[in-house]
Amino acid sequence: MVKVNGTELDVAGKTVSEYLATTAYDPKRIAVERNGDIVFKSQYDDTILKDGDRLEIVSFVGGG
Amino acid sequence: MIPSKKEWTDALIARHGATLHKQFSSATVAICGLGGLGSNIAVALARAGIGKLLLIDFDRVDITNLHRQQYKANQIGSYKANALAENLLEIAPYTELQAVTTKITEENFARLLKDADIVCEAFDDAECKAMIVNGVLEQLPQCYLVAASGMAGIDTPNTIKTRKVTKRFYLCGDEVSDVANSIGLVAPRVMLCAAHQAHTVLRILAGKYEV
Repeated sequence: MVKVNGTELDVAGKTVSEYLATTAYDPKRIAVERNGDIVFKSQYDDTILKDGDRLEIVSFVGGG
Repeated sequence: MIPSKKEWTDALIARHGATLHKQFSSATVAICGLGGLGSNIAVALARAGIGKLLLIDFDRVDITNLHRQQYKANQIGSYKANALAENLLEIAPYTELQAVTTKITEENFARLLKDADIVCEAFDDAECKAMIVNGVLEQLPQCYLVAASGMAGIDTPNTIKTRKVTKRFYLCGDEVSDVANSIGLVAPRVMLCAAHQAHTVLRILAGKYEV
């Protein structure tokens, strides 16, 4: 299981890109942290989620 | 009559203490975007005695900015970076300021922000926010980053908060109030979010890293 924004999800084995494709997140408006470190945008296709990982997706909204 | 630099410094030390004053006055803080967030962050940080502010925005002051941004009617048409620098020098005359009127892009941000101890993300566009957040976290590992998301509309002020996302990434706002889905930005709620960002900057400089 992978903890995504606090919720346990059965997504171990998927890449970050594969997981994001199953969600409504706009990839141009997010930053992704895995176990406390930023996941580089260029690594979304190659970063495979592992059992026990903590994933944090920050999705930005407009206004400032 | 503007006080001397010594009088100014002594007054800040009397207020904050010598240790905090040294931590604030030796810092360089970059503010990316000088709208409702950035102009209010800048005023707070200049008043607190931050040593150097990098003020970055390519845009010019427009009449539609004046209901929430720290500009004056006679500055309409001026570059925001230059107009804000003028205003800050009237408020806190010994702050070192660098006004930059270049548009921040994926290609130039690392060069523009390389001297900053802390970067404040204060854009209004969500894709620009994500671009600078990813860019700073990926390419400027020495920097702290204080970003904002969700402060539009006339919803309750009590949902504006600060959270620590990773070791050097803090996020302020309610994370949901999109300007596209509301009446737009209302001065006090934007100022609240800007105050969260400015206060987080001061806490980081004071060595208080938890929220």
